[in-house]
Amino acid sequence: MKTAREAFLYGWKRGIPIALGYIPVSFTFGFMAVSGGLPAWLVIFISLSNLTSAGQFAGTNLILGGAGFVEIMLTTFVINIRYMLMSLSISQKIEPGMSLAKRMIFAFGITDETFSVASMERGRLSFSYLMGLIAGPIAGWSLGTALGALISKALPESLAMAMGIALYAMFIAIIIPPMKKSKPVIMVVLLSVVITCLLFYIPVFSFISSGFRVIIATITAAAVGARLFPVEEKEEREDDRC
Amino acid sequence: MIDVKYALIAVLLMALVTYIPRVLPVSIVRRQIKSKYIKSFLHYVPFAVLGALTFPEVFYSTGNIITAVAGVVVALILAGREKSLAVVATASILTVFILELFL
Repeated sequence: MKTAREAFLYGWKRGIPIALGYIPVSFTFGFMAVSGGLPAWLVIFISLSNLTSAGQFAGTNLILGGAGFVEIMLTTFVINIRYMLMSLSISQKIEPGMSLAKRMIFAFGITDETFSVASMERGRLSFSYLMGLIAGPIAGWSLGTALGALISKALPESLAMAMGIALYAMFIAIIIPPMKKSKPVIMVVLLSVVITCLLFYIPVFSFISSGFRVIIATITAAAVGARLFPVEEKEEREDDRC
Repeated sequence: MIDVKYALIAVLLMALVTYIPRVLPVSIVRRQIKSKYIKSFLHYVPFAVLGALTFPEVFYSTGNIITAVAGVVVALILAGREKSLAVVATASILTVFILELFL
């Protein structure tokens, strides 16, 4: 069993690759938002207060287009509904006695990446571990945004276009290693990709927004995976935690 | 120029609807879920989400499908070799950037 300090440092170490991966992606965000006409301080504040990739990209585009508050909230919310699944999943992995205040604090730092890393840990997650895990990514996301926002004018257009792929390259980097180790995971990922592609390319489904596409594909693929490949119980022991 | 007050309110609303789905389940659900099916479902969620977020959008992320496909291939190869997030992201940006110079 680790002390709080050891758990924090271990989490911090696990968060560093995420933080580094965030820099090119958030740089892209900072660059695009300032080029669109938002002041740099507000763009940095978006990253600090939202700490999300797809949702804040979409929301910021709507702001740049002068959309109404309801549309901005709905779109952002729908893209972010997936966090409810992650939050529910994390609720099963944290130390059972964790206080409400602690839950409300670390929940701010749940992202696709911190969630993926946390859920692949062995054993129970302590508050200290979670705070260590989210600290680096929060810093990296804000720092990258600030860099992109401040030097946006000095960047060639072609490099800016190339940076659009950063977010997705990061997703690929997270998902491939576990696929190498588990056939059911490969099946679930492929099924999910096939479903979003069908919804994307078949014209009948074009009324479905990108946020809902992700939700439909996620729920269907995970449900089929759970039915076909139930995960064997591995008892999480109280002393086995990080 | 965009009205800063409008933009700031919009950003705060975005922050709120981003925080709510993160905080609600983990604050409310305090019991261990017993169902093996629900446990397995939750186990597969992160993999399914990342797959659905990436495809097919990634092919339209650079403004040119050919450069995007090349970037994906590089990302897949490096991820297969378990390179870090930063290495994979930077290498695919550079691949797209260099290809754009020739296309």
